[in-house]
Amino acid sequence: MIDTNPDSAAATQQEISAEIAAIETGYQRTGIEETQPRLEYAPYRSSLLRHPTKDLHHADPEGVELWTPCFSERDVNPLEADLTIQHAGEPIGERMVVTGRVVDGDGRPVRRQLVEIWQANAGGRYIHKRDRHPSAIDPNFTGVGRCLTDGDGRYRFTTIKPGPYPWKNHRNAWRPAHIHFSLFGTEFTQRMVTQMYFPGDPLFALDPIYQSITDQKARDRLVASYDHDVTTHEWATGYRWDIVLTGTARTPVETAGGDRR
Amino acid sequence: MSTLLTATPGQTVGPFFGYALPFDRCNELVPPGAADSVQLWGFVSDGHGRPVPDALLEIWQADADGTIPDSAGSLRRDGFTFTGWGRASTGDDGRYSFSTVIPGAPASGAAPFIMVTVFARGLLNRLFTRAYVPGAHLADDPLLASLPPERRDTLVAERTAGGLRFDIQLQDAPGKPETVFLRYPGHRS
Repeated sequence: MIDTNPDSAAATQQEISAEIAAIETGYQRTGIEETQPRLEYAPYRSSLLRHPTKDLHHADPEGVELWTPCFSERDVNPLEADLTIQHAGEPIGERMVVTGRVVDGDGRPVRRQLVEIWQANAGGRYIHKRDRHPSAIDPNFTGVGRCLTDGDGRYRFTTIKPGPYPWKNHRNAWRPAHIHFSLFGTEFTQRMVTQMYFPGDPLFALDPIYQSITDQKARDRLVASYDHDVTTHEWATGYRWDIVLTGTARTPVETAGGDRR
Repeated sequence: MSTLLTATPGQTVGPFFGYALPFDRCNELVPPGAADSVQLWGFVSDGHGRPVPDALLEIWQADADGTIPDSAGSLRRDGFTFTGWGRASTGDDGRYSFSTVIPGAPASGAAPFIMVTVFARGLLNRLFTRAYVPGAHLADDPLLASLPPERRDTLVAERTAGGLRFDIQLQDAPGKPETVFLRYPGHRS
């Protein structure tokens, strides 16, 4: 019987790692490529009672599903893309720029669309009342940003590199450093929330959330690249991470059109 | 449907979105108490039938006359512009609530619905569903017709005093059938 209390931290890392390995072996035997996380993934204990047990039901998008909410400068101030200037002083940690493009499954840029991020500070601490990790809160860092993509689908944030942090999935569980991203497309069926990771993180193999994506090529799509062309002289290191949303049902001609009924 | 590129994987929204994604009046597509406002509300529950207190729901819908909105301004609501999109967190009791309007049908004879997206700690990728407005047109809806009756009912909101109730059951629990969640043609496993 698996303990489903998310805070019990009952299992050891060895037990969780063995479960992860068994699922991966099973995946490799099937030979059918997966590209998204499994919803049912027992090593992530909080998923046990929260994953649907039935297959997702096929739906042909219609009406409002073929469109997406609109955002503009009315919604987002350009300064919200810089997470290092939200308080009186400089935040502690490695200043970094993360930038990339948001495109749909056909490679078309997602223009003028909202991107939201949130993250821990350099010490792995979130400004959230539920985060009890005994690492310092940085009074100069909240860890929340927003921007609109430009006409080529590009986003760009200035922030601090987040630290890894412990959680209670199992004994001595640590999350790899990550930034949460929330994305909209040109249809609401493309709505997605994900996490961006950093290259070479030693915690990847141990982390059930990252490992819930069973395919290595798919996992790699969540890992940013260090890019020295994004790094700036005497200011910030640079990372590049491009995001591909799912395909759309509409044609480009319709996308440009006006009648939303 | 074939696409050139493989989509980036999703990941769970985690436990700490509460200080980042909600914003002032995020669940008020129209001001509560406005002339044609209704409350869309319900509970999000897990496979033991217990409340999910750390879920985030988004809705996206047509206006009362069936027009699909194209106005910006969701994040800084002016109280007059209907943007069609909103966001609500669940409380400790798993309850969420939006103030909105009942959407009209986008085409004559079609059954109007509100598109709902579910995010939660423990949910490794977002889920999509539809909250149909109860009424006469439901019998002709192709998606509802493709489901057995007990599953079909999970997609139809219930009229309550002042609004619509739409519960979301993430997983089958005793006496509470799992909500039907949707896969669109552009989605892969």
